[in-house]
Amino acid sequence: MPMNNSNEIRELTFAKALNEALVEEMARDERIFVIGEDVGAWGGVFRVTEGLYDRFGSDRAIDTPITEEGFTGLAVGAAMTGLHPVVEIMFGDFITLAMDQIVNQAAKMRYMSGGQAEVSITIRATTGAGRSSGGQHSQSLHVLFAHMPGLKVVYPSTPYDAKGLLKTALRERNPVLFFEDKMMYAKIKGPVPEEEYTIPFGVADIKREGSDVTVVATSRMVHTALAAAETLAKEGVDVEVVDPRTLQPLDRNTLIQSVIKTQHAVVVDQGYIDYGATAELAATIYQGAFDYLEAPIERLAAPEVPIPFSPPLEMATIPDEQRIIAAIRKTLKG
Amino acid sequence: MLTHEQLIEMYRKMLTIRRFEEAVFNLYRGGKMPGLAHLYMGEEAVAVGVCTALNVDDTITSTHRGHGHILAKGGKPRKMMAEVTGRVEGYCRGKGGEMHIADFSIGILGANGIVGGSLGIATGAAFSAKYRKSGQVSVAFFGEGGANQGIFYESLNMAVLWKLPVIYVCENNQYGEYTPYMKVTAGNLIDRAKAMGAAAIRVDGNDPLAVFEAAEKAVARARKGEGPSFIECLTYRYTGHHVGEPGKGYRPPEEIEEWHRRDPLTRFEKHLIENGIASGSDIESVQDEVAQTISDAVDFGLKAPYPDLSELTMHVFVE
Repeated sequence: MPMNNSNEIRELTFAKALNEALVEEMARDERIFVIGEDVGAWGGVFRVTEGLYDRFGSDRAIDTPITEEGFTGLAVGAAMTGLHPVVEIMFGDFITLAMDQIVNQAAKMRYMSGGQAEVSITIRATTGAGRSSGGQHSQSLHVLFAHMPGLKVVYPSTPYDAKGLLKTALRERNPVLFFEDKMMYAKIKGPVPEEEYTIPFGVADIKREGSDVTVVATSRMVHTALAAAETLAKEGVDVEVVDPRTLQPLDRNTLIQSVIKTQHAVVVDQGYIDYGATAELAATIYQGAFDYLEAPIERLAAPEVPIPFSPPLEMATIPDEQRIIAAIRKTLKG
Repeated sequence: MLTHEQLIEMYRKMLTIRRFEEAVFNLYRGGKMPGLAHLYMGEEAVAVGVCTALNVDDTITSTHRGHGHILAKGGKPRKMMAEVTGRVEGYCRGKGGEMHIADFSIGILGANGIVGGSLGIATGAAFSAKYRKSGQVSVAFFGEGGANQGIFYESLNMAVLWKLPVIYVCENNQYGEYTPYMKVTAGNLIDRAKAMGAAAIRVDGNDPLAVFEAAEKAVARARKGEGPSFIECLTYRYTGHHVGEPGKGYRPPEEIEEWHRRDPLTRFEKHLIENGIASGSDIESVQDEVAQTISDAVDFGLKAPYPDLSELTMHVFVE
């Protein structure tokens, strides 16, 4: 990554990086428009669509009624007829209202039509707990879509990746679910070069090289894993942090190669644990690196409870640095 | 005004639908077709009345009971028959099947297996037409059952707000599967559409000319940028919800008889002859042609190969 000569590279927040991707791609391609609740005149509740209304007008930054199934369905139809809608689902939890349109319509149209339909749609939705928003505004539901044939699923961790991957999504000719951890929008800043770049789907990124243990972490969990790695480095434990960046397609080979090297693995994701992303990541490693593993893989994810409101309870659902350190220690002990 | 040629073409299309569905019925009963078969017999005037008012590049979305809409919009019987029998030469390479026929080249954005599921897509196609300033009109065919789905109101709301060129054609065939619609429908359907500010009309769905007239007005309105229309077409399905279910037991025999007396094909044939639009021999020659077309389509479908297993993983994504 061009982060290395970072002296000259400006830093952007996660939200601003996404915003830049939208601005650049909307300027490049007239078929792209954003649609959702408060995404136009107000600029989006998380400010990701800020300025689009002024720059591109109300025809391309469209405020909708509160009607997730309706505007997602409308966007699917627009995608099937030559446009590229960018749907914003304000809180990812609300995406359940649009499930038929995503799962039965967008995901299957191309296949069911024998390759006739092209559904070039990007659906952005938030994930992430930690704001005491309760059980219906705090879930991380990305894995529901990674389960579905016909959908691509992006789950970036840094402003650099977010911008490059969103630009790729906006050039895709397939449905893309783009998940953004809302806790990163303003809090995570990182270098983003001025010059044009895109990041291909299906290419994991090694966020920190190490030789003793591999931590595969998604989205915000990458930062938590990196913090754990720094702490353990002081004890001489050399942690490798691998960020899949896209869950569908999944760069299985990079995960496997990392674990062949380190022989130990911890997988971390903020979704629910059972049948979750960590299950697929662990299965991938077991299948590809079984003979190299020195110990069982440790899985960290949200427990099987609705995300609670009360801060101490809520925090207990989010894998944190201490839990990642404990998991690493456990797998290293074998 | 429709020309004599156009009127005879409407008859030909209605008859093609009837004969196509009879052939599907026989294929299904003969064990030559997998899955389910949802037949459109009795409702032919709706699809043909509406599609006669459309241009080739106007778009439609359809339902699980979609064969009639596809044929009315210009779908080819051969490729349809190959699809319903699961063959690679079908419209969807055998991967969509009876409920999912599509032909994007003539504006058929797909039949749809989810009741109400294509209402958003049709509304989006209208949004797209307006956005691209293409002048196209979008039609959503759906049933009175679909009119109770939330997405209908969500779509209609946006279509009225944004004056989208979309026509919601509600085929009220009186039953949602096995349940009479009055048992599950509060008020009446056109009042719902009117309440949201759409132009709304109820027509005799067994009269292709009444349907056409309503559709023509709705198309003109849409093309002028005046927004969506809702057309409720009263009609009846002759067969059960699907083949294998005879459509009896939950529908009174006298009701079935009454609707057969209003048969759209018999009535239209009579209209053509009585008004000197077609002679008895004209009608006969259309009947012969249609019979030939359908038997040819059945042959084509049954002779076409099944998809190779390599097809399994193709067309999930645009590569």
